[in-house]
Amino acid sequence: MAYSDKVIDHYEHPRNVGSLDKEDGNVGTGLVGAPACGDVMKLQIKVSAEGIIEDAKFKTFGCGSAIASSSLVTEWVKGKTLDEAGQIKNTDIAQELALPPVKIHCSVLAEDAIKAAIADYKRKAGKDDSAAAE
Amino acid sequence: MTALGLKTTPTNAATPARRPNVPVYLDYQATTPCDPRVVEAMLPWFTEKFGNPHSRNHAYGWEAEEAVEQARAQIAALIGADAKEIIFTSGATESNNLAIRGVAMFLKDRRNHIVTVSTEHKCVLDTCRHLEQEGFEVTYLPVGTNGLIDLAELEAAITDRTAIVSVMGVNNEIGVIQPLAEIGALCRAKGAHFHSDCAQAVGKIPLDVNAMNIDLMSISGHKIYGPKGIGALYVRRRPRVRLVPMIHGGGQERGMRSGTLATPLCVGLGLACALSQAEMVEESKRLLGLRTRLLGGLQQRLPEIYVNGDLDHRVPGNLNISFAFVEGEGLMMGVKGLAVSSGSACTSASLEPSYVLRALGLNAEMAHTSLRFGFGRFTTDEDISYAIDHIVSAVEHLRSLSPLWEMHQEGIDVSSVQWAEH
Ligand SMILES: Cc1ncc(COP(=O)(O)O)c(C=O)c1O
Ligand code: FES
Repeated sequence: MAYSDKVIDHYEHPRNVGSLDKEDGNVGTGLVGAPACGDVMKLQIKVSAEGIIEDAKFKTFGCGSAIASSSLVTEWVKGKTLDEAGQIKNTDIAQELALPPVKIHCSVLAEDAIKAAIADYKRKAGKDDSAAAE
Repeated sequence: MTALGLKTTPTNAATPARRPNVPVYLDYQATTPCDPRVVEAMLPWFTEKFGNPHSRNHAYGWEAEEAVEQARAQIAALIGADAKEIIFTSGATESNNLAIRGVAMFLKDRRNHIVTVSTEHKCVLDTCRHLEQEGFEVTYLPVGTNGLIDLAELEAAITDRTAIVSVMGVNNEIGVIQPLAEIGALCRAKGAHFHSDCAQAVGKIPLDVNAMNIDLMSISGHKIYGPKGIGALYVRRRPRVRLVPMIHGGGQERGMRSGTLATPLCVGLGLACALSQAEMVEESKRLLGLRTRLLGGLQQRLPEIYVNGDLDHRVPGNLNISFAFVEGEGLMMGVKGLAVSSGSACTSASLEPSYVLRALGLNAEMAHTSLRFGFGRFTTDEDISYAIDHIVSAVEHLRSLSPLWEMHQEGIDVSSVQWAEH
């Protein structure tokens, strides 16, 4: 399989690799995929008081396209609001990285990961709100 | 130089020329380069000595026939057979089809049962599947975690309705060697034919069709530094094994495989066999040294790596390793300076990883993290040193990216996590 230059670039120089403190109330964590399927993505976002994603980190177990998709997404979400980030579509990722059809599911996984991270942040924020109201 | 700019003789009779900027080839189970000595021997049979080996009326035919018969004798010598027992085919795929289907069809009124193994090559398994659809009963024997069959299970599987038992000599993914002599003895005692797909075994380990009671053996040219597109099937004459041919025509190859023989390919396969035979002992020692160094070098520098398949009952030119917490396809991309193969199949239509590794009882996670390293005649010490450094740095890079490695470092048992499988 020939990978596009962009996939190779992200694979060789992944952006924003790492982890944020998942216990931090301002951090949302998305963990999607399964080792048995050959792909697991962990994507984390740190959200400012104004609701802007100020930092993002990822770790991915998977093929080059999965690594590139998650690396790209961390670049894209930074500086976005949660709503804007939630609108990133797997097709945008696939197009940007020129993924072949067999690799579309890697981009789907990246979309799922960002959605899961946002949901996790909102769940935590919601809990924090209700705790404050009591 | 010819008009096409191709060299007519190899620059170096011992080694094929290395191309710059091309990965180090560590995929010798997929195929091997044709030995330059083999290519050289084949060349005249394409051009000036182009006769049809079946032409009985002139010298062109005679010399071609003589060359083909010499090749047949060279193949036979390597496996302890008689030259008359060797049938030329297009490769091991055809040989496996012909052996299993041919014998099954010949015996179908008396014996409608076939025994094979779950880790066989696709061309054996698929032939068996088709025969199942045509009314045969097939037993697929399991293997142990080492990749070897259990002889007691084999013995229990063979009945007086068993037409043929097909067990490969050496597995193409994990290189393990099945106990052929013991299997042969069992088959002989129970009156079933014994076929062995020896595409990966011939020229790598000593084989003797008589000592091992093998009735049919499949051979492939391109796995033993011979040309692609040719193979052979050994068919025992005493006691005579009979089979129904698949290709009908002029009745060549004792009626079992019609068609004009490809003289240059036959000559190439013959010489490839002779070279393997002459060099087997020395070459095995050298390859074992390379493998020991590769494995040792990796184990010394990387934790959590596991060899798949038995290490003792194994051809020296194969290693199959799971690099825990690193996905195989991603790893292949990381080791792009090496041409290797992965047991992960996350790309293809099926998300199933290697069925051979699964048959060893490996879970899907570990099967997805595996790479196969195959080395052979033209692999050098430097290739192995380069491979070790390259693999170590790729695995370390990918582990630094792996959420599973991170969890493992934190003491979390990855297999106990509830994953949303898709
Ligand atoms: C064990 C085994 N059997 C059969 C084959 C098929 O051989 P051929 O390519 O000569 O048809 C191969 C090679 O892929 C093999 O490894
Ligand atoms: S992660 Fe499965 S093919 Fe990319």
